[in-house]
Amino acid sequence: MADLTTNFIGIKSPNPFWLASAPPTDKEYNVRRAFEAGWGGVVWKTLGSEGPPVVNVNGPRYGVIHGADRRVLGINNIELITDRPLEVNLREIKSVKRDYPDRALVISLMVPCDEESWKDILRRVEDTGADGVELNFGCPHGMAERGMGSAVGQVPEYIEMVTRWVKQYSRMPCIVKLTPNITDIRRPAEAAKRGGADAVSLINTINSITSVNLDSFAPEPTIDGKGTHGGYCGPAVKPIALNMVAEIARSAETRGLPISGIGGVTTWRDAAEFMALGAGNVQVCTAAMTYGFKIVQEMISGLSQYMDEKGMTSTAELVGLAVPNVTDWQYLNLNYVTKAVIDQDACIKCGRCYAACEDTSHQAIAMSEDRTFSVKEDECVACNLCVDVCPVEGCISMRELALGELDERTGNKVGTYANWTTHPNNPSAQAAE
Amino acid sequence: MTNSQLTPGVAAGRLGAEDYARNFADIAPKLDPHEARVAADRCYFCHDAPCMTACPTSIDIPLFIRQIATGTPEAAARTILSQNILGGMCARVCPTETLCEEVCVRETAEGKPVEIGRLQRFATDTLMDQGAQPFTRAAPTGKRVAVVGAGPAGLSAAHRLAMKGHAVTIFDARAKAGGLNEYGIASYKAAGGFAQAEVEWLLGIGGIVVEHGKALGRDITLEGLRADFDAVFLGMGLAGVNALRAEGEDREGVANAVDFIAELRQAGDLSALPVGRDVVVIGGGMTAVDAAVQSKLLGAENVTIVYRRGKERMSASEYEQDHATQTGVRIIHHAAPVAVHGNGTAREVEFAYTEDAAEGLKLSSETFRLRADQVFKAIGQTLKGAPEGLVIEGGKIAVTGPGRTSVKGVWAGGDCAAGGEDLTVTAVAEGRDAAEDIHASLMA
Repeated sequence: MADLTTNFIGIKSPNPFWLASAPPTDKEYNVRRAFEAGWGGVVWKTLGSEGPPVVNVNGPRYGVIHGADRRVLGINNIELITDRPLEVNLREIKSVKRDYPDRALVISLMVPCDEESWKDILRRVEDTGADGVELNFGCPHGMAERGMGSAVGQVPEYIEMVTRWVKQYSRMPCIVKLTPNITDIRRPAEAAKRGGADAVSLINTINSITSVNLDSFAPEPTIDGKGTHGGYCGPAVKPIALNMVAEIARSAETRGLPISGIGGVTTWRDAAEFMALGAGNVQVCTAAMTYGFKIVQEMISGLSQYMDEKGMTSTAELVGLAVPNVTDWQYLNLNYVTKAVIDQDACIKCGRCYAACEDTSHQAIAMSEDRTFSVKEDECVACNLCVDVCPVEGCISMRELALGELDERTGNKVGTYANWTTHPNNPSAQAAE
Repeated sequence: MTNSQLTPGVAAGRLGAEDYARNFADIAPKLDPHEARVAADRCYFCHDAPCMTACPTSIDIPLFIRQIATGTPEAAARTILSQNILGGMCARVCPTETLCEEVCVRETAEGKPVEIGRLQRFATDTLMDQGAQPFTRAAPTGKRVAVVGAGPAGLSAAHRLAMKGHAVTIFDARAKAGGLNEYGIASYKAAGGFAQAEVEWLLGIGGIVVEHGKALGRDITLEGLRADFDAVFLGMGLAGVNALRAEGEDREGVANAVDFIAELRQAGDLSALPVGRDVVVIGGGMTAVDAAVQSKLLGAENVTIVYRRGKERMSASEYEQDHATQTGVRIIHHAAPVAVHGNGTAREVEFAYTEDAAEGLKLSSETFRLRADQVFKAIGQTLKGAPEGLVIEGGKIAVTGPGRTSVKGVWAGGDCAAGGEDLTVTAVAEGRDAAEDIHASLMA
């Protein structure tokens, strides 16, 4: 079995699966259960300043999006940072770390945006034995109204400033957790790097209203007839997270900055995808909240098997393998031509490909009297929608046309690589060399 | 309990009260909302869905399942009932395994179709439990239509005609409306008095009068109806029963399966209904299965269905055959009755093995005997007392297009009319389509 030991900015863990700072990591009880279940690390639920802790609502904290069979696709929450006294959390962290020295234990922090507050909290967490700190610049609800969380994460200058304080007053490795509620994720990542961050973690949750109650006309979760936007997470946000991770991984300014990938990681495969796009490890929350801590066993066995199959002996070998293949649209090969092919033996004749293509795409699928569905190559633009809506995996595939083969739709023969930058329709095309 | 399964002869009260209740309880109860949601999730919402094509009434199945999945079973019921006003009964009795569910793409994919029949029941029961009649009548047209037979075809035609604003009178020979829904279907498929509840609900649209105890040829004539009404729809079913043509057929204990089923359906107290210790049912259709299974459920010790051809030729679906064998009924294929033996009362039935030969079914010289206190004949029904003047084709009333008979102003549908399978759902479709045609001709 492949060795999953991971070294992330000097923090060692037996595997790259950490629990994200969130409800599952709020207490010693939960964290001990997580470590017993096999989690490689934990980012403790965000601590605030000393003094009376924040309070949470006493009604529902979560809203949900269900898929078929009530499968949880996304959850949003309006829970704040820990509502337990700082001393209790610090005592528990110390106790857990002492008993699990091989596991990663990082402390998430969120205090007011002034130097003294940060200096004070850093001093307090220093002697817990924790492996590092994560700066919560991401939470989009509640705390942001008080000038913390995403209110900081949306201003690159603040990120840089606070990160600098943290590096100045602490020797602990520092991870900056980014909010996705911005227009260009590279700017806050660059600010974190300038401030001296050892790594960034992303994404935090996305501003969201999961649903509206059509009887009370209030957003869910509803507190006494009112609702507020919460932070969205779970499988539904994974595509957004993957893109943001990739943008940081491939940007010239931030390339090489370690990334802890977060956002809808539910299976080993999700984790592997984040890592291929440059994440050194992953953090999980919603999947654990849906299924419990045991899921990490599947993540461990799955990633191990995959690495064995690929001949990888260390997780570091996987990290970033897909980054060179993330590019801009303008560099995509316009002479790469594919056509949909329907495997008639696998086809169950549901006709979803036909409905999708006929109603919403390019009328490139024919339907016969006996419900045989076939691709009209002279109409197929290779959009892939039929593949996406087909309920049978592998039934429809895309065949790549060989160099020199005739594309019946355009009447052109498949040529060698050429992209938009040199295309004759591009007003600013550069002359081909 | 004085009698048991071992009591010789034909006897009542072979089981305890709880056994009767359990044996004749609803065989496939309404799904609960969670089950319905899970079942509905499996539908792929196919394009030009095969299930819809396979449905004789062309119910938009993907649409109604999506309506269930999105929390509006009442809307789903309206989708069903607009095509099939007896969608509630059809959800219970349709051989879905040979219709919509047989062609479901998930049957193709996984050998496990979407539970269309049970989802249909979930929707129709939900709406009907609210007591609501989702359809209203158009303004009165002043036209009067006579419907003969209050079975699925007649009720379907009557409802559609009433909807169009016509005044409908249904004439039925029996004391209750419903036809085979009330008299000819296994009890556990329509438990809880559903057939009557459905009739009552259907008639709730108004504009329909039912006259009971009026048989065509006995109490009313086609000529009389043609003179008194603007149009006539015939949906009186098949009242005759085929004979065995075996020696000793007239012995006591030999009866028609349809009569046994009807008696059972009307019995207030099942423990008072006698059944043989050894029962033999002759035939291969749904009637044979319903009679056999219910005999077993009433406490018969040995029940055997004997069919003259092979399993694949039985008109009862494989699902129904399996249901029979799981209940404890034995099915013997390739054997035909040659004599009923006994001394006044049936004691044994003698069968000859059969062979499929080029010239037809051939009896072999080898015979065997089965003990039988009761023998139920289930070898098909026939049209009885068809009015003079109507063209008959293959023993049924000949029709063209949407149920037009050879006589102007007279339509026919259901089992008494030629064409289509003798299924409840087919009868509903034929009644509905004839009603549309009657409407078009009356308003022309």
